[in-house]
Amino acid sequence: MKQTLKHIWHFYTEGFRAMTWGRVLWLIILLKLFILFFVLRLFFFPDFLKEKAGEGQQQKYVGNELIRRAR
Amino acid sequence: MNTLTDISLIDWSRAQFALTAIYHWIFVPLTLGLALIIALMETIYYRTGREEWKKTTRFWMKLFGINFAIGVATGLILEFEFGTNWSNYSWFVGDIFGAPLAIEGIVAFFMESTFIAVMFFGWEKVSKRFHLASTWLTGIGATLSAWWILVANAWMQNPVGMVFNPDTARNEMADFLAVATSPMAVNKFFHSVMSGWVLGALFVTGVSCWFLWRRQDKAFALSSIRVAGWTGLVASVLVAWTGDGSGYQVAQKQPMKLAAMEALYDGTDQAGLVAFGILNPKKKQADDGVNPFLFRMEIPDMLSLLAERRIPAFVPGINDLLQGGYALKDGTRALSAEEKIERGRKAIAAFADYRKASTERNEADMKNARKVLQENMPYFGYGYIKNAEELVPNVPLTFYMFRVMVMLGGYFILFFSTLLFLSHKRDLTRMRWIQMVAMLSVPLGYLAGQAGWVVAECGRQPWSIQDMLPTGVAVSRLDAGSVQTTFFIFLLLFSVMLTAEVRIMLKAIKEGPEK
Repeated sequence: MKQTLKHIWHFYTEGFRAMTWGRVLWLIILLKLFILFFVLRLFFFPDFLKEKAGEGQQQKYVGNELIRRAR
Repeated sequence: MNTLTDISLIDWSRAQFALTAIYHWIFVPLTLGLALIIALMETIYYRTGREEWKKTTRFWMKLFGINFAIGVATGLILEFEFGTNWSNYSWFVGDIFGAPLAIEGIVAFFMESTFIAVMFFGWEKVSKRFHLASTWLTGIGATLSAWWILVANAWMQNPVGMVFNPDTARNEMADFLAVATSPMAVNKFFHSVMSGWVLGALFVTGVSCWFLWRRQDKAFALSSIRVAGWTGLVASVLVAWTGDGSGYQVAQKQPMKLAAMEALYDGTDQAGLVAFGILNPKKKQADDGVNPFLFRMEIPDMLSLLAERRIPAFVPGINDLLQGGYALKDGTRALSAEEKIERGRKAIAAFADYRKASTERNEADMKNARKVLQENMPYFGYGYIKNAEELVPNVPLTFYMFRVMVMLGGYFILFFSTLLFLSHKRDLTRMRWIQMVAMLSVPLGYLAGQAGWVVAECGRQPWSIQDMLPTGVAVSRLDAGSVQTTFFIFLLLFSVMLTAEVRIMLKAIKEGPEK
């Protein structure tokens, strides 16, 4: 088991070390994930219902919206 | 339609979602298409043992990797938008979307991340057989991911297998199989995935012809063209076939969308398919009496045949759908828009009564209200419609985009047939014109895919969930300015990322296959 895990570890580390194009691509992926989760998600895409209705009150809020918007 | 006075909020929210979805769909089909083509190429390498096939596979695998890396996680932004911009919708559908999206996430993460690593790192470290299996499994993983996303989308076009719970104000899954294997989902899956195969084939033939144009790596280019050409031809024919299946589903479940696709205002028993037509811009309303066409060429009876699988068969037009009264297949009479609106209002009123009775803990009233709600639930969304004309989608957009998609689909069959004929019977390396045609055909593959999604999504307006929730009710009560801001942030971000992809991709292409 330990040996297998070691093989897998080496497989990945050697693979990453030997990358040429992959380095740039990984940089792009990491930068993108940073922008997605630490910029967009945090500052621009809050959980609207949690903020507006409060935890556990979403069903009440949406229920009221569904009724009010029909008027 | 609703008490939201700020129409620009709906429009900006839709624009933002459309922008993100369009951007996401630039990468997905190429991933699906290239995954199949590299798997086929590696299979040839595995069977022949010829080193040039290994180099060919590795070259296209590199381009696959670039596309995958830039495209990965762009779909997450759509999920952010669900939670912020479309919170009513998200809550309303929550349980239905939860299962498919969770499965998609798990499958995508484990299958793709495991096997993609073997695919890129394992050439000299694992056996040829295991490497080949990993390449196929990467493609199968990506395709299975697409399945669950398309199941979720198909549910919005034809909601099945759920029950609306008035206590939680959301739909709950009652029949997972009905959701996962609805005919709408099955057709959508095959049609969308195979359109990805066509795009992948166009990409490979286009790039290969660029090598021929530059008179370099000719053997590599010719062998790539043969594999991609056959893939593209088979996929194009299958796309036409599954497109027919999708069209039939639309005719059965979303007749208004079909009527918009054909600009069919008045139904008939022997409806013709408009092969080519120019719409009359003076046509503003369904019942204004203005001829919808300036010019049209029709294939007689074809629409009846495609929509109902027989001739004669009545295909309702926009006016029929609004006015109702025609006989349905089950022998009942079609309801008019006004009648549906009335029943929708009853459903919403019953929902309000149920909630009131629930607060007062009045069991008898709750029971009565629930009964009325269940009887009228199929028309729930109509209760928000103030004017029957709101039920008509943008006809010119749907009509023209449908023709763009279909005509390009026909062109792809012709293109791949010609390319294969020439590659087998003539010397492609000397035929500059077909090389140029192949290069110019790459963007057409993207255009066809995007046009298809415009038909699917704009053609079903005003609904975000067919008959149950109009777009205007699905949207969150946000400040339109903030949505506008994020729209432009996305536009900038997506433009930068797309530019990065194109630059990296071009650099990798110029480098060519290993020598």
